Formats: sequence, structure tokens, C-alpha cells
Amino acid sequence: MNNSLIIGQYVPGNSIVHRLDPRTKITIIFFFVFIVFFANTLISYGILTIFALTSMITSRVPIRFILKGLTPVWFLIVFTFILHLFVTKEGTLIFHLSIFKFYSGGVIQGLAISVRFFLLILVTSLLTLTTTPIEITDAIEDMLHPLNKIKFPVHELALMMSISLRFIPTLMQETDKISKAQASRGVDFRTGPIKDRAKAVVPLLVPLFVSAFKRAEELAMAMEARGYHGGEGRTKLRELKIGKHDILIYILFAFVIAILFYTRSY
Amino acid sequence: MRKIIEFRNVSFRYEDEQPWVLKNLSFEIYENEWIAIIGHNGSGKSTIAKLLNGLLFPQEGEILIDGKQVNQDTIWDIRKDVGMVFQNPDNQFVGTTVQDDVAFGMENRGFPREDMIKRMEETLSAVGMQDYLLTEPHRLSGGQKQRVAIASVLAISPQVLILDEATAMLDPKGRTEIMQTVTDVQSENELSLITITHDLTEVVQADRVIVMNEGEIWREALPREIFSLKDQLREIGLDVPFITVLADELNQLGVPITQEPLNHEELLEELWTLHSKT
Ligand SMILES: Nc1ncnc2c1ncn2[C@@H]1O[C@H](COP(=O)(O)OP(=O)(O)O)[C@@H](O)[C@H]1O
Ligand SMILES: [Mg+2]
Repeated sequence: MNNSLIIGQYVPGNSIVHRLDPRTKITIIFFFVFIVFFANTLISYGILTIFALTSMITSRVPIRFILKGLTPVWFLIVFTFILHLFVTKEGTLIFHLSIFKFYSGGVIQGLAISVRFFLLILVTSLLTLTTTPIEITDAIEDMLHPLNKIKFPVHELALMMSISLRFIPTLMQETDKISKAQASRGVDFRTGPIKDRAKAVVPLLVPLFVSAFKRAEELAMAMEARGYHGGEGRTKLRELKIGKHDILIYILFAFVIAILFYTRSY
Repeated sequence: MRKIIEFRNVSFRYEDEQPWVLKNLSFEIYENEWIAIIGHNGSGKSTIAKLLNGLLFPQEGEILIDGKQVNQDTIWDIRKDVGMVFQNPDNQFVGTTVQDDVAFGMENRGFPREDMIKRMEETLSAVGMQDYLLTEPHRLSGGQKQRVAIASVLAISPQVLILDEATAMLDPKGRTEIMQTVTDVQSENELSLITITHDLTEVVQADRVIVMNEGEIWREALPREIFSLKDQLREIGLDVPFITVLADELNQLGVPITQEPLNHEELLEELWTLHSKT
């Protein structure tokens, strides 16, 4: 039971990628997602692929976790590739099968799109694989900080996220407990027609909601008793710190961008 | 002795037109004192705790904490002086890990980071949870969560620590754990302690006991005096501990037990003394 309680896909580790400031990771991924669409030559794709694969290898996240992240999009990648094969009519004709004509342009574009997809998914899943949800929350709070000026409740949003993270396992344990209690009374969630199963979920949800509201009320009181009064004047235990690895990776990434724009064709 | 808490003719009700929950309550609590508040369910114990912390305000009378009146303007200071541990271990655990939870109160009060880390180590050691800094709450037992809650409150060095039925949802092992922790904390810190309970066995170590009944103070006395009032305690809905009942029965059978025993050891001691005399 305990293993299934890990939220998100975080794979604990102590690699350089794990230790990077979460803000660095988010920033770089943000720009990476952007510049992937500027690549249009073999070398420019190559440089991005090397960057992504190097990050993956240094993170030392087992390959099966990365493949797991890719499974939902395999289909999409293959589908777009095939689509391009059939519809793109550029370049030279390379293959002719009755009414179907495949052109070199189709193969190249199909490949290009697939590589883009692959890189995007790889890099974004690296973020969640090497960063705890709470680190991501901290980073978001810090990066959205300027929005405070336009009265956007940044601190409240981050607190909401961290409390959700705190209570998800608790509520999952509780769901498990209630469903076992209901099952012991003969409620069947797993077999039978959908309609019956949906009905069986009601006696599970009602007590869950009731208890969640009670929790919320008590938690609010406990927080108040411990002096919570909004984000103002608050200090933080968890500290975000830009280290020398972060600076190094920024410089490296600047190089990647420079080479990319140098080697792409206009 | 310095007076830390004073209730002066306090009356409280949750809504107008509803019956009073606390009726003209007056009592005092001194520095370093351990007070147990006991009473049946709904006798107003939790309401007293919430009034002490400024979570509620009385309609009549006034409450003073270390000379300061509890009102909207002072709650910020008051909550620094009065720390509270609630009944449900899960619903007061705010942080995603033990260290985040202990830090929460200090973060709210703007402690510098270095102080937080230092206080965190001190208070977690005081409750024996120093090895769990990065543990998530769902991997802790109820008793461990309550010990973290105590550490969180101690971290801001309050003058008063209130435990509102903090053991009620725990198994026997968890209860022993918490009672032991509380005893240690009380002896090692300059701290007034208020333990709220409906279980008579938990008042034994207190310096003084306040018995609540229907929103009024029914009796204020030493634990031993309270234990001797068994029949009347039963009348106001409290369970009398087994050892007290046993001593009573022995007395009726002609075994002359002179002192009201507070626990097994005391009764045993008494019986041995009697045995060696005869
Ligand atoms: N939030 C509330 N609103 C209205 N009535 C309440 C509320 N909380 C408690 N009460 C009532 O106040 C009385 C005292 O409650 P409480 O102080 O919680 O008692 P205890 O902690 O001794 O069990 C009870 O009759 C209870 O029903
Ligand atoms: Mg209560």
C-alpha cells in the first residue's frame, strides 16, 4: 500500500539533475519546449537530442520510468509519423504502391515531428521524475511572486497545493479503509454492470466528503492556533538557492541555443 | 508565584439565544503549574481551550494571559504565549513532512531560517522524534504525529501548553508515549501545562484538577481528593478508574485502605504494608 501512496512520479536520487534548483529546471524546460520548434536541420535536432539524452543519463533515473512516461504518447508519435508519410507530397518520390505514393519529404517531416514529440515528453517527464511536488510548488510560488503586485494570491495558491499534497495520501488511506468496510458489508465495487458499480461508489463518497469537510474545519483552526495569518511577514524553512551547478547549466543551455540558431536553416 | 492565566467571570455561548456553554467561570493558573481539566463530553472543556487561545471570545467577563487581556488586538501575542495540541493527530498536521510541520508555526512568526533549524532540532529531540525529519505524516503512527504536534508548539517557546484530549484518539501505546512526553516536557521547561481529558487516569500527575460539569466548575482540588469522590464523579458522567473501584470494594470487605490510591503501585504498596503489619 505504501508504495502506491507516492504522489506523482518522483524517483528519489541525488544526481546533479535532482539537486538543481527547481526554478532552474522549470525555466530551462520552458525554453526548451519553445526552441524545439525552431530546429529544422539534422545538426539542430542533433544538438537538442544530445542535450536531452545527456540530462536523462546524468539524472540516473532508470530507463523504465522514462519509458513509462512515454507510453501514453507512443501512439501519437507513430500516428503523426504515418500521417505525414501519406499526406506530405514534397521531395522526391521514393516508393510507389498502387495508389499510394511516398515522398522523401513525408519521411523527413514525419521523423522531425516524432523527434520533437519525443524530446518534449522526455524533458518534461525528467522534471517530474527528479523534482518532488513540494519543490515544484516552492518554485511556482517563487516564480509567480511578481504577480502579487496585481493582487494574484500566489502564497495562497502555493499553500493550497502543499496542503493538497499533504492530504492526498491521508485521503487515499481513508478511501481504502472505507471501501474495505463497505466491501465487508457486501458492497461490490468491482464486478457487475457499470450502473450498479456507480451506485456502490455512493456509500464510499459520502463518508469521504463528510470527513474531508471536518478535516478542513479542524485544520483551519489548528493553523490559526499556530499563528497563521496569511503570507505577510512569513519566513520559509525550505529555501531555494541557485548554486554553481545551476549557473553552469544555464551557460551550457545558452550554448545549445546559440548552436541551434547557428545551425538551423533560414 | 506568578499568575499566568486568569478567567474572570467568563460566560460564553456559540450563538445568541442558545444556552450558555460556559457560565460565570473564574479560575487562575500559575507559572509552571500542571492543571488537568476533566469533565464529561460537552461540558465545555474545548471551549475553554479555544477561549485561551483567542480562537473564541467571551460575551461576558474577561480572560488575562500573563496580564494581557485576550481580544482581537492581542491574539497575535497571545498565540505566541499559548500553544495548543488538538485531539485529531491528522487534522493538525500541516506540513508535508515532519520538519515542515514543526517549522510551520515558526514560519508564521517570521523566525529566521537558522533559528528554525536550531529550534527544530531541540524540540524534536525533546519529544524523541529527531530521526524523522523528512518523514511524511502518513508514515507515522498517531502517537508519533501527536509528538510532532507537541514539538511544533514547543518550537515557539510558549508559556502555556494546552493539550485538548490529545490522547483520545490513540491506542494504549500511543497514550503512554504522549503522557511520558508531556511529563518530560513539563519537567524540563518553564511551562504551565493544561491537559484536558475525560479520562480520570490521566489527571494523576497534575498539580491541580478542575472538574467541569455543564459549563460550570464543579470542583477544584488535588488529584487524590478528586479520586475519593467516586460516586459523585459517576453522577456527573465520569468513569471512575478500576483501581479506585477496587480499593473501594476492598474497603467494604474490611481491608482498611487509608489513602486513596492513584495507581496500581500505590495500592500494591498499601496492601504490602498491611500484610506485613498483620
Ligand atoms: N461550534 C459550535 N457551535 C455550537 N455549539 C457548539 C460548538 N462547539 C461546541 N458546541 C457546544 O458547546 C458545548 C460544549 O462543547 P465543548 O466545549 O466542545 O465540550 P467538551 O470539549 O467538554 O466535550 C456542547 O454542548 C457543544 O454541543
Ligand atoms: Mg472537547
